Amino acid sequence: MIPLTDIGQLAERYDLVVVGAGPAGLSAAARAAELGLTVLLADENPAPGGQIYRAVTTTPVKDRAILGEDYWRGADIVARFERSKAAYAPRCTVWALGPDEAEPEIFEIGLSLDGKARMIAASQVILATGAQERPFPIPGWTLPGVMTAGAAQIALKGAGIVPSGPTVIAGCGPLLYLLASQLAAAGADIVAVLDTTPKRNWSKALAAFPDFLRSPYLAKGLKLMAQTRRKLRFVSGVTGLAAKGEGMLASVTVERGGASETITCDTLLLHQGVIPGINLSSAAGCDHLFDAEQHCWVPRLDSWFASSVPGIAIAGDGAGIGGAESAALRGEIAAFDAARRLGRLSKPDRDQQAAPIRAELERRLRGRRFLDLLYKPALQFLAPKDETIVCRCEEVTAGQIRDTALRLGVTGPNQMKAFLRCGMGPCQGRLCGPTVVELISEVRGTSPAETGYYRLRPPVKPVTLTELAALPQTDASVKAVVR
Amino acid sequence: MFRPMRETANAAALNFTFDGRALKGRAGDTVAAALLANGITSCRETPVSGAPRAPYCLMGICFDCLVVIDGVGNRQGCLVPLTDGMAIETQHGRRHVEEVEA
Repeated sequence: MIPLTDIGQLAERYDLVVVGAGPAGLSAAARAAELGLTVLLADENPAPGGQIYRAVTTTPVKDRAILGEDYWRGADIVARFERSKAAYAPRCTVWALGPDEAEPEIFEIGLSLDGKARMIAASQVILATGAQERPFPIPGWTLPGVMTAGAAQIALKGAGIVPSGPTVIAGCGPLLYLLASQLAAAGADIVAVLDTTPKRNWSKALAAFPDFLRSPYLAKGLKLMAQTRRKLRFVSGVTGLAAKGEGMLASVTVERGGASETITCDTLLLHQGVIPGINLSSAAGCDHLFDAEQHCWVPRLDSWFASSVPGIAIAGDGAGIGGAESAALRGEIAAFDAARRLGRLSKPDRDQQAAPIRAELERRLRGRRFLDLLYKPALQFLAPKDETIVCRCEEVTAGQIRDTALRLGVTGPNQMKAFLRCGMGPCQGRLCGPTVVELISEVRGTSPAETGYYRLRPPVKPVTLTELAALPQTDASVKAVVR
Repeated sequence: MFRPMRETANAAALNFTFDGRALKGRAGDTVAAALLANGITSCRETPVSGAPRAPYCLMGICFDCLVVIDGVGNRQGCLVPLTDGMAIETQHGRRHVEEVEA
């Protein structure tokens, strides 16, 4: 691995540019470099690992039992990448990806590092930008003291810090249990774990249960659940949540079985599963579709994780949620196909070399459907009460969105932007998009697939005017604005 | 809001300021983590209502950890590694024309 610390060190062109240094990106970059491709791995974070293996080479957490063996497995993935000849640019943000105007079969990629921008070229691109936590809009979720559960995990892995006062964890999904057990082991004072899994999900999920019995998740998951339930106060069947406080979190109000309870806490950690992050893939023009079982937008991909834009593949959880182990395998498969597209690997060689990885991927994904069905969030946490802020950036409430959809007959999220500015703040809809779609769908009686999603455009991350102005200009672009 | 775990690996101490107040961080921390570890409860005020906000996702997507770092506004604290001598300030609402001209 060749570490790059200055944007000037990047080459003009690579065979393959991989975006994101989680398990998928690290594995894709390592495999592609092993196959002889020139590779750049660009990642926004200071160290490799993505979110799941965040800070695996740098974490100050010494006791290995706290983060668990599954976490430390990430060190092997990083080590393999470090042995490869791939170039690695940490703290490097990719903000644009599109065809080069002069040579449409080549991609032009806009990147920034340390306040300096560059445009470089790539023949192939693998997006391994992973997942984000599904927005969990409840009244008061913008108060300081309320964070995502993933944020607390990142703070623990990256900085060795834990919430200092009474802490409540709320939501649903397998990661909720993992986080509760990690934080408890690290010494956090977890006063309650509030489970919002709808009880009726069980009947739907049972159909997928036989497959789950053969899943690698099963033993791990059951052990974790038993531990969490034994050690911590566990409240199931939660139907309503509200964070309360003046300028800062003071308590959380919990509705359950028609009764209401208020729990005093300093920190509230919210989590209702993860969804693919689609901002970069959408802005690059890749088609997306709505996956009804995972209840989120996913890119349309073939069996090699190739998107609808030839030359762009999407690996890891960005391809649809599959977990860390499957992410690494998907990265490898996408890398084999990138080598084939570049003519470095024949089709039969690609198929043969990828076959055992495919078999392992299938095994890893077994039982996933059961988790998807069981932990599908309840409707009231997808389309929240009117007083809830939905767009955190522009402070637009669910009530405003419902009212505008109803009275002005707004049919989709892009029209809603024009009226309310939701999705137009710095996060570019990452924290409100799914909820806005859900609310419009509710009012109009349509499905999220029919309602559609925000039209996303580059830059997908903020770039300063200084950075843009310092980019070299082509004659054509200068002529376009000269009168 | 947050506190260091009892047992962590040693790291160099870094000095920085938040709104002029002298604080200490740990080499390897991001700006957002260093603020949380120092009990800073809010790091920005929103441009719309002026409501206080604190880091929410810590993974670069929510933009609630926006701060001013060494005079440059709108920096994502969760993505910027803390360095010695950094001057970090609260990001106060939206910018005004006179500030830009100055």
